[in-house]
Amino acid sequence: MSKKVLIVGGGLAGTIIANGLIRHIGEEIRKGDVSITMLGTSDTHMYQPGLLYIPFGKIRERELFRPQRKVLDKRVIFHIDPATNIDVENKKVTCNSGTVHDYDYLVIATGSRLMPQNIPGLAEGAHWLYDLEGARKMRDALDKFEGGKIVVNVNAPHKCPVAPLEITFMLKEYLEGKGLWDKTEITYTYPIGRLHALEPVAEWAKPAMDEAGIKYETFFNTKEVDPAGKTIESEEGVTLDYDFLVTIPPHNGAEVITESGLGDGGWVPTDRKKLTHPEHSDVFVCGDTTNIPISKAGSTAHFEADTVIDNLASLLTEGRWARDYDGKVFCFVETGMKTGTYVWFNYETPPNPGAPSQMIHWFKLAYNRLYWLSARGLL
Amino acid sequence: MSERKIIDARGSFCPGPLMELIAALKLMEIGEEVEIWSTDQGTAKDVPEWAAKVGHETVDSGEKEDHWFVVVKKTK
Repeated sequence: MSKKVLIVGGGLAGTIIANGLIRHIGEEIRKGDVSITMLGTSDTHMYQPGLLYIPFGKIRERELFRPQRKVLDKRVIFHIDPATNIDVENKKVTCNSGTVHDYDYLVIATGSRLMPQNIPGLAEGAHWLYDLEGARKMRDALDKFEGGKIVVNVNAPHKCPVAPLEITFMLKEYLEGKGLWDKTEITYTYPIGRLHALEPVAEWAKPAMDEAGIKYETFFNTKEVDPAGKTIESEEGVTLDYDFLVTIPPHNGAEVITESGLGDGGWVPTDRKKLTHPEHSDVFVCGDTTNIPISKAGSTAHFEADTVIDNLASLLTEGRWARDYDGKVFCFVETGMKTGTYVWFNYETPPNPGAPSQMIHWFKLAYNRLYWLSARGLL
Repeated sequence: MSERKIIDARGSFCPGPLMELIAALKLMEIGEEVEIWSTDQGTAKDVPEWAAKVGHETVDSGEKEDHWFVVVKKTK
């Protein structure tokens, strides 16, 4: 009898897994022994890291999008029908249309979503570039900005933990280019007692910010924003004035996760090595959706997806597990408009960012194009 | 009294144990406790310092076989 693999979520993790799995089990698919079905929420696939460049006019919107059907291998059965309930006890997923899918193996890759509304006044008072609408609004507001106090405000949890630093340094160079830096003051706020969760990155960022003339406020957990008075206040009792507020909004997981009782905040408890639900070894969890204490980022999703592909392919063809995930993450870090660095780490190896260089910036720009090969499972 | 929540942040470099704790506390009710595990010795110092600054209570902290732990009670 045919085995059914059901993938809930059509983002980076789900797409790499679907395409990568097909490459391993083409023969089984051809014979009808295995089917792969994806339940997505949109007919369009977006390259999310590209949003970083939108407010600065450094990328065209159309470069960020491809039709999901074209990104997916044609042998993947694709429905635009968001899951509304995931029942891992009875191995059934119910969709918006009312259709119920059963499965032999389930992959949950429902991602994360922005929740600026979780902090009073934040949605009304702040700009962000973590979705297209926000990035467009920020671009339009930056066009009109004539100098003043900018606050770059970071909230937890959020995806792509290096993006706040990238935004800060890119903003500075963007404003220099417009001749506005002399009239501008940037203050970067961070929830913990240093400038980045990764200690080596924080150690690099502090002198870099000092040299750039960027101010910072650590131990700053946002309590509320007053959009009329243009102030932002922290739980720790600090209030900052702003003329232009950029926020990294707090994130939650997908609503279907909380509504299905699969995890607080939409984060599914996940075995950090097997990437499965702790009580259901037939349920894989990948990407932002996991509760694993490592970065929520495309890179994480990519390396996790590679492990899920190997294990699923092995289980489907040989009935055995292939390997464990070692916690690997690799992130490019833009350190301005023309320079970049990178970090990599895993569960055992701490990160160690190198000196920023133009070449690494070019590598990141090249990867922005190569992404589509990653999504197809080729890179 | 509800069961104490455990955050296993052993081996976490990014976003790091304190960021995990901050995110978890947002989802908890006042009066609930959370215990964070970390292989990073800095956590034993960072977490109580942060908790004191925000106004949460550090209930317990110490070292177990392969990790440091801190228990924080949400007070506001």
